[in-house]
Amino acid sequence: MVGVPLWWRTTETYRAWLPVSQINELANMQLQLSADVEVVFARGTVTPEQQKKVPLTQTQDEEHTVDGDLIFKAWDHRFESPCGSLVVYVIPESSSLLPEDMDVYIGQRRTALLRIGAQMRVGRTVEQLLAHLEPRIKQVLQVMSFSHTDITAALSDRVRLSPGNKESIADSMRAFKSSPGYEITFSLLNPDPKSHRLHWDIEGAVQTYIQPLLTKLAPVANFSLDSQTLYYAMLGVNPRFDSSSSAYTLNSDSLAHVINPVEARLGSNAASSNPVLNFLLYVPDAHHSPLYIHDNKKQEVPSNAFHSPRWGGIMVYNVNGFYRPEAVLPVDININMAKVMGVFLAQLRLLLGVQSSTAPPGFLMAPCGSTGLADWELDRLMWSRSVENVATATTTITSLAQLLDQIGNIVINDNIAEQVSSAVTSLQLAVAELEAGNLGFALQYSKEAIMASERAFFDPSLLHLLYFPDDQKFAIYIPLFLPMCVPILLSLLKIVSEARQKRREKQAKKD
Amino acid sequence: MKILTFFSLFSTFLSANSINVEENAGQFFSSGHTNNWAVLVCTSRFWFNYRHVANTLSVYRSVKRLGIPDSHIVLMLADDMACNHRNPKPATVFSHKNMELNVYGDDVEVDYRGYEVTVENFLRVLTGRLPPSTPRSKRLLSDDRSNILIYLTGHGGNGFLKFQDSEEISNVELADAFEQMWQKRRYNELLFIIDTCQGASMYERFYSPNLMALASSQVGEDSLSHQPDLAIGVHLMDRYTFYLLEFLEDIHPASKANMKDLFKVCPKSQCVSTPGHRTDLFLRDPGSALITDFFGSVRKVEITMETINLTDLIKEAEQKDNVQQMLEMVTNEMNILKLWFDSNKLSLNLNKTKFMIFGNHTTNIDVKIVIDNKTIERVYESKFLGVVLDHKLCWKPHIKYLCMKMARSIGILSKTR
Repeated sequence: MVGVPLWWRTTETYRAWLPVSQINELANMQLQLSADVEVVFARGTVTPEQQKKVPLTQTQDEEHTVDGDLIFKAWDHRFESPCGSLVVYVIPESSSLLPEDMDVYIGQRRTALLRIGAQMRVGRTVEQLLAHLEPRIKQVLQVMSFSHTDITAALSDRVRLSPGNKESIADSMRAFKSSPGYEITFSLLNPDPKSHRLHWDIEGAVQTYIQPLLTKLAPVANFSLDSQTLYYAMLGVNPRFDSSSSAYTLNSDSLAHVINPVEARLGSNAASSNPVLNFLLYVPDAHHSPLYIHDNKKQEVPSNAFHSPRWGGIMVYNVNGFYRPEAVLPVDININMAKVMGVFLAQLRLLLGVQSSTAPPGFLMAPCGSTGLADWELDRLMWSRSVENVATATTTITSLAQLLDQIGNIVINDNIAEQVSSAVTSLQLAVAELEAGNLGFALQYSKEAIMASERAFFDPSLLHLLYFPDDQKFAIYIPLFLPMCVPILLSLLKIVSEARQKRREKQAKKD
Repeated sequence: MKILTFFSLFSTFLSANSINVEENAGQFFSSGHTNNWAVLVCTSRFWFNYRHVANTLSVYRSVKRLGIPDSHIVLMLADDMACNHRNPKPATVFSHKNMELNVYGDDVEVDYRGYEVTVENFLRVLTGRLPPSTPRSKRLLSDDRSNILIYLTGHGGNGFLKFQDSEEISNVELADAFEQMWQKRRYNELLFIIDTCQGASMYERFYSPNLMALASSQVGEDSLSHQPDLAIGVHLMDRYTFYLLEFLEDIHPASKANMKDLFKVCPKSQCVSTPGHRTDLFLRDPGSALITDFFGSVRKVEITMETINLTDLIKEAEQKDNVQQMLEMVTNEMNILKLWFDSNKLSLNLNKTKFMIFGNHTTNIDVKIVIDNKTIERVYESKFLGVVLDHKLCWKPHIKYLCMKMARSIGILSKTR
């Protein structure tokens, strides 16, 4: 009597409570994204009477379905908020701020200039004006903020979509996945130290060119930088001598085999598990200089560099022009870090997922400025990162809940339950902030959600070694209980037969 | 005649080559993976299980030769044969008799050795549930675009694989581990190869997508070893892996051999057991999956078309000393400000707006700032919040102003005397 419940309690596995209902809710949630857009009409675009009639706030929903599972809407408000918002100035057609053939100018910070069309010159009503402007403002929004394709690409973790065209697959494969931190390593490869003594001011260059970009990206992720020089590091392929340009060439299909032999020699930071971006600067040896990279059409590549998705980039820097052939070897060479960093910065932007779309026709983009990143590009990245984080965290939490449900033998400790609860809370907050349009807070909450969910999923104590097939359970319990059960059963039988006998005797007595 | 045919052949070869380049470029993204990982496990200890270590090391050697670096290989060897005191040729592990091929080599990097090779550690590596102190080399840091090769060898039975002669991993646990990997998107495609007795039972229970499995023998059959070497005294390799190694030695990084060729390795006549494979969970056609998709590491590469022009920015920074440049910037900003004022129905009083250039050296350049076709007046000192600011940032005008104020009040006071 006492034994059975006691045995049950002692062989039970400890499972802390998990917010399963909230997790199930998360699985079916709708994602709503808000972007604040302020439209400013410059003088000369609307007449004073029209000015009075323009509605002060106008909200607009756009529903997009993603595979029928998730729905997101985009709202336009007329309030201003710093991060994630946009200001569009509508200027008259005759304005000279834009060149003749360009209709839209996208500035470095979150502003855009939109030139009103020719047909809107005189005598149009407010409604027609707004109707004319609406699709064009939407187009600007799609370039500067987020578009349907961006969000579906970010959600690809949660909703596996059929692959689109080759470009979209390439885009989705190129950038690193969202991670709380990244390691960036700059390596100088010198295969010929006997001829070239290379000097590069990497610390100064990083401080001047790369650090501003990384500081700007600080809300997105942490970055750690290091650099190294490798001597006698050869490329794995032999370049071909092209007599027409009297230079050595590497064509595009041999580039794929360059990386592997070099990668074995590159070190990596053993302490962290963050993804590593490698940027290599290769200075060809004196016998194979100058070395140029040719693309598919046998044209020289102006940047003389190539990159590998989710790995990093390599640039070939020719130094044969810096010294005469009869100079005394080894020659001291100072590398022009501005040129090198220009290429690495462009590759870094691509690998982090910053820029992946070309401007539509009629759009003029401002150059990126000293940090290498325009504010609206940062906003774009933050939008897609927030959505990606929310999607990944949701997948992690729901699959963890499913797993714990399926395998009844896993122990769920208190700290795991805590992490799961905090992940769920952060996710709900992130979704709410996305709806309100507060991009900075949304990104922060989504990062917290993803860290908590990863910590809960990858907790070392969740290993389900407690797989006992039923026949093994029998095999364990029978030798223990069978010998005990035999006398118990026999005595029970004896009691029952004695009771029956007594009853029979009683009945016989009565009769 | 012969020369003509030769030329025509040569020209067709050339044209075919150029087409191939285009195809290669297009094929770059067909497999959907950007990096490769390999987890190679030998689960047996003791000297007489020499062949299992040789199996694993020969696959390790092929995988490294085809391009996967050590940082992406997790090698687990349950015992050390090269430095075993019964090894007559220390620091070597041979795969062919007469000591033809030393698979131990110069640069073997074993990540889990000896008693560290346990079922728990193996499952932890696969699912990623390692304690935070685990170094990077002992982790499987794959992502959703990684193709992973998993090779297991040792003693096995129907539905289990024996680890270290003391514990076992069952096919259900393995299938669950792969499902957890799939849930967390820790692989793009996974190739599972197992060389043990009754190996096919280990992949029976798989249910996650994108898995392809090969085994050296079916349920009820034993996998046999290949050849003993009389000098070393043990069997050197298992048959399936021996013929697998022979097949892989012919593969080079640019090879186009596909998985269907791999299924033909070691037919029953050579292997005595019947190798099996399972491809129903694999989404692509096995004929389109290249051997190098799993065994090698062919990187996708894109040419960098854009650069950021930083030299102009340096010149901009250098020229910022130039007053003219600065004034142009100020004019631009002021125009934008004016636009904002107009849009918010405020007006900027341009008559009361003045400008001053601060600087120590004499800036007598004739400069003009124009807003809305009105020239802004230049001043050399101005009162702001009760302090007179001088364009040379010295205190003289402020002191003069104070003296003037005091002089007035003192004068009034003196009158009252």
